[in-house]
Amino acid sequence: MTSHQWIRITDAANIPARQGRAVTVSGRELAIFNLGDRFVAIENSCPHRGGPLCDGIVTGTSVVCPLHGWKVDLDSGAVERPTLADCVATVPARVEDGIILLDVSALAAQQRVTAA
Amino acid sequence: MQDDVTRLVVVGNGMAGIACLEQILKHARPFSVHVFGDEPHVNYNRILLSSVLAGEKSDSAIVLNDAGWYERHGVILRRGVRIDSIDLDARTVSGSDGSATGWDKLVLATGSSAFLPPIEGLNKDGVFAFRNLDDTRALLERSRPGLPAVVIGGGLLGLEAARGLQVQGCQVTVVHLMDTLMERQLDSAGGRYLTDKMERMGIRVLLGRQTRAVLGNGHAEGLRFADGETVEAGLVVVAAGIRPNAELARRAGLKVNRGVVVNDYMETSHPDVFAVGECVEHNGVYYGLVAPLLEQGKVLAATISGNRGPRFEAVAPAATLKIMGVDVFSAGETGAEPGEADVIRYEDPSLGIYKKLVLRDSRLAGVILVGDTSDSGRYAGWLRQQTDLSAQRRQLLFPPPSQDQGFDVASIADSETVCGCMGVSKGSIIQAIHEKGVNTLAQLKETTRASTSCGSCTTMCRQILQAVAPEFEDQVRRTICKCLPFTEDRLREMLRGQQIKSVQEVLDIYGNGAGCEVCKPALSYMMDMLWCGGHDEDRSARFINDRVHANIQRDGTFSVVPRMRGGVTSPGELRRIADAADKYNVRMVKVTGSQRIDLLGVRKEDLPRIWADIGMPSGQAYTKGTRMVKTCVGTDFCRFGTQNSIQAGIELERRLENLFTPHKVKMGVVGCPRNCAEATVKDIGLVGQEGSWQVVVGGAAGKSVRKADLLVTVETTEAALEAAEIFFQYYRENANYLERTYDFVERLGIEKIRKETVYAAEPARRQLLSRLHKAKQYARDAWLEGTQPVDPTQFIQIQPLETAYR
Ligand code: SRM
Ligand SMILES: Cc1cc2nc3c(=O)[nH]c(=O)nc-3n(C[C@H](O)[C@H](O)[C@H](O)COP(=O)(O)OP(=O)(O)OC[C@H]3O[C@@H](n4cnc5c(N)ncnc54)[C@H](O)[C@@H]3O)c2cc1C
Ligand code: SF4
Ligand code: FES
Repeated sequence: MTSHQWIRITDAANIPARQGRAVTVSGRELAIFNLGDRFVAIENSCPHRGGPLCDGIVTGTSVVCPLHGWKVDLDSGAVERPTLADCVATVPARVEDGIILLDVSALAAQQRVTAA
Repeated sequence: MQDDVTRLVVVGNGMAGIACLEQILKHARPFSVHVFGDEPHVNYNRILLSSVLAGEKSDSAIVLNDAGWYERHGVILRRGVRIDSIDLDARTVSGSDGSATGWDKLVLATGSSAFLPPIEGLNKDGVFAFRNLDDTRALLERSRPGLPAVVIGGGLLGLEAARGLQVQGCQVTVVHLMDTLMERQLDSAGGRYLTDKMERMGIRVLLGRQTRAVLGNGHAEGLRFADGETVEAGLVVVAAGIRPNAELARRAGLKVNRGVVVNDYMETSHPDVFAVGECVEHNGVYYGLVAPLLEQGKVLAATISGNRGPRFEAVAPAATLKIMGVDVFSAGETGAEPGEADVIRYEDPSLGIYKKLVLRDSRLAGVILVGDTSDSGRYAGWLRQQTDLSAQRRQLLFPPPSQDQGFDVASIADSETVCGCMGVSKGSIIQAIHEKGVNTLAQLKETTRASTSCGSCTTMCRQILQAVAPEFEDQVRRTICKCLPFTEDRLREMLRGQQIKSVQEVLDIYGNGAGCEVCKPALSYMMDMLWCGGHDEDRSARFINDRVHANIQRDGTFSVVPRMRGGVTSPGELRRIADAADKYNVRMVKVTGSQRIDLLGVRKEDLPRIWADIGMPSGQAYTKGTRMVKTCVGTDFCRFGTQNSIQAGIELERRLENLFTPHKVKMGVVGCPRNCAEATVKDIGLVGQEGSWQVVVGGAAGKSVRKADLLVTVETTEAALEAAEIFFQYYRENANYLERTYDFVERLGIEKIRKETVYAAEPARRQLLSRLHKAKQYARDAWLEGTQPVDPTQFIQIQPLETAYR
C-alpha cells in the first residue's frame, strides 16, 4: 500500500474560479483547476498532441484542450471521445487553510509504472 | 327604430370592449358610438404591461387603437370619464364628469380589478396593484436598485410583476399562499421547476405563506405572515387574483353573481344591455385571459348587429408565462396523476425542462411545458381538435417526423384561431399573405397583429407562412450549443432587456450552469457588445488567446503581433522589435499576410516583458476583433493615387482598434481602384476614386473568395470613415458569433443592410454611432494587462511552496 504524500502547492486564491494553472512537481508538469467548490489536478499534457490542458476552457467537470478541442474529464482523466481509450493521469487534491495540497504519491507510483 | 341607426354606448375602453367594437363596425354602422373609459389612455394591450415593466417595451409600443382609429370610425372616445350609474328606464348612463348620455344599446366591458385579500395596512403608501398603465408607471417610478420589493401572489401576473421589478434592480421576493407556484396551471413538479428557475434568476420564492399585514408607519416597510414571520418590503405589489367589475351593473338592477350574468349570446337580463370581457360570468365561469374574451366579442358583435346566431362556448384557455427565458405553457387539465389518466412525463433537471401530457382515451386532455415551449402550438392543436393520438403514442414528446411541412397547417380549419391573444384566425393570416404580400413573420405581425403578444403561436404562424407564402424565408437560426436552448437572436433580446451582465449568470439562469467551449466565448462576446464593454468580464469563459492576449501555437508557446496601424512602421519600432526578438529567443520573425510583423514562439511568462520592450499596442491578431487596416501608399507617393489612403487607413484603425466583433474584422484602404492593398476582398474596404470614396463590405479572400458589396459612395474621407463605423457597429450587434461579414452580408442582403445603416433615419444612425463610441470608451489596449494583470497568475506558472521528498 502506498502511503500518501501531500505537499503544499499554492494559495487557493492563485487559481481563479473555473480556470486552470500549471505547476511543475517532481519534474512533472501538472494542471490544477478550480471548479468553484473544489480543486482537481491532472497531468498538463493532452493525449492528442501534448496541448497545455491548463489553458483550456472548463465545461462542468471537464476541460477542453485549447489546441484541437479534445475534452478531458477532470475526475477520471479520461478523454471523452467514444473510440479512444487515452487517459490523463489524475492527482488527488485538497485545500487546507486556504492552501492547495496535492498527493504526489500517486504521481510517483505512476511514474514507477511507466519507468518499469 | 331601425337597427342601423341605434345609439351605441360602450362602458370600458379596454381590450375586450374595443375588440368587440371593431367587430361591430365590420357588421353595421350605428348612428353614434360613445366609448367611456376611466383610464386617461386610448386602448392599449394590457397583456404587454409586463413587458413595459421589464423595460422591453415603451408605453407607445403597446397602443392597440390610436386616437386616429377612433376618429376614422366616428367613435367618440370619452377618456378619463367613469360611468357611475345606469338608468335602464331612461336609457342613459351618467358619467363622473356630470354628463348623461342616451343609448339604445349598451355594452358593458368594464373588465376587472385586482382582488385585495384581507390584509391589514393595504392602504399604506408603497402598496400597488398591477392592472393598468398608471399602476405600471407608478411601479417604474418607485422601483430602484436595491429596494426590497415583495409581490403577493405567485400566479402569472405576480411572477411577471416580480421579474419586471427585478429587472428594474429591486431585490424581489414572491410570497404565495399555496405550496405550488401557478397552481392553477401547473402540477407540483412543474411548480418546482418554475420555482427553481425563478430562484436561479435571483427572485426569492416563499411558498405556503399567508400574508396578514403590511408593516410600516404610513409607508410600507415589510410584511407579516400568519405564522408571525416577517420580511422587509419597501414596495408591495398585490397580485392575488382578480374580481370582475360588476358593481355598476348590480346597482342598475341587472342580474349579477360574481360577474355580470350573460347567456350564450352575451345578452344580460335586460334585452338591450350586453356584456363582454372579464366583467362577465357565463355558466358560472369568468375568464381572465384574452382569447376567450375575444371570442365573446365576436359573438356579441353578431348578436348586437342583428345576426344573432353564434353562441359562446365554454373553453379551457391556454396560459403562457411571459418572462423571457422562463418558458411556461399550460393548457387544459393538468393536475391528473398516473392512475387517473394516461400521464406522460419528461424531465431534464440540468436544463430545467419539464413536460407533462395528460391523455384520456388517446386524446390530449392537458399539457404542461416548463423550460421548453417550442412545441406548444402542436399540443394546443391536438387539444383543440381532440386528435386521436393512438398512432403517434411513441412520438408524443418529439417534433413530428413529418416530411410534409404543410401537413399540420392543412389540418386546421380556416376559421380556427391561431393567435389567441389577438384573435387572428388561420383564414385571416392566409388572406394577409395573399392580399398584402406578407412574406416574413415581421410583416405578418405588422399587418395582422398575430404573434405580437405572448408569442405562443409563433411556431404555427411560421408554419403557415412556410406553407402558403411564395417567398417565405425562415429566419430561424440554430441555438449556439446544447447548453442553452435559445437562438442567438433571442438571447440578445433577452439579455438586453434583463440587465444580465455576466456569462455565468446567463448559464445559471437560462442554461445548464456549466457552459462549454462553444457557448462561453460566444456569450462573452455578447455581454461585451450589449453592455458596450461595461459587463462583468469573466476570463474563465474566454479562449486562452483572450486570457493572455496572444495566439497559442502548436507547442503551447505564443505569437506576438504588435499593432502597426495601416501597415506603417518606423526605424525605432523595427529596432525595438529586433532587440526583443534577440532577447527572448524568438524562433522566427515573419512579415504577415496583413502588413505587419509576427514574433513566433514566445513563452507565456515572457509575454508581459516582451510587450513592454516592444512598446507597441496589441495588434489583436489572436482574437475575434479589429485586426488591421491594410493600406497602399496613396496620394503621398503613388503617381495614380487619388485619395490619401495611408492617413484614412490609420485613422480607421485608430477608431476601431481594441473593439471585439463576432468574428475577426480585417480592413483595407486603397488610393485608387487598382486596389493594391486588396480592399475589395476585406470585411470593410475603402476604395478611393477622384473626388469620392466607395465603402465596400463583406469581401473575403480566405477559405472562400468573395468580392465585397458596395455599401455607399461618399465625397469626404470623414463620411467614408463614418459609414465604415456604422456598418462595423451594425455587424457587431446583429451577426451571430463566428459569422464573418462575408456570410453576414450574404445572409441579410446588402439592400437590407444599407437600409438599416447608411440609409437609415438620422436617429438610428446616431444611435449606432453612439453605442460604438460608448464601447470605444471602455476599450483598452489588452497588452496593458502585462503590467496590470487581472489575477496574479495570469501569465506565470505556479511555483510550489514545497517540493516532494523521495
Ligand atoms: C500569421 C498569419 C500568417 C502569416 O504568417 O502571414 C496568419 C496566421 C493564422 N491564421 Fe490567418 N494569418 C494571417 C493572415 C491571414 C490572411 C491574410 C490577410 O489578413 O490579409 C487571411 C485571408 C483573409 C481572411 O481573413 O479571410 C487569413 C485567413 C485565415 C483563416 C480563414 C478565414 C476565413 O473565414 O476564410 C483562418 C481560420 C479562421 O479564422 O477560422 C485563419 C487562422 C489563422 C491562425 C490564427 C490559426 C489559428 O487559429 O491558430 C494562424 C495563427 C498562426 C499562429 O500560430 O500565430 N487565417 N489569414 C497572418 C497574420 C495576419 C496578421 O498580421 O494579423
Ligand atoms: C399585467 C397583465 C398581464 C396580462 N397578461 C396576459 C396574458 O399574457 N395573456 C392573457 O390572455 N391575458 C393577460 N392578461 C389579462 C388581460 O389583459 C385581460 O384579460 C383583458 O385585458 C381583459 O379585457 P377587458 O376588456 O375585459 O378588461 P380591461 O382590459 O381591463 O378593460 C376594462 C376597462 O374598463 C375600464 N372601466 C371599468 N369600469 C369602468 C367604468 N365604470 N366607467 C368607465 N370605464 C371603466 C377599466 O379601467 C379598463 O380600462 C394580463 C393582464 C395584466 C394586468
Ligand atoms: S494558412 Fe494560416 S491557418 Fe493554415 S497553416 Fe498557414 S498560418 Fe496556419
Ligand atoms: S493537443 Fe489537445 S486536442 Fe490536440
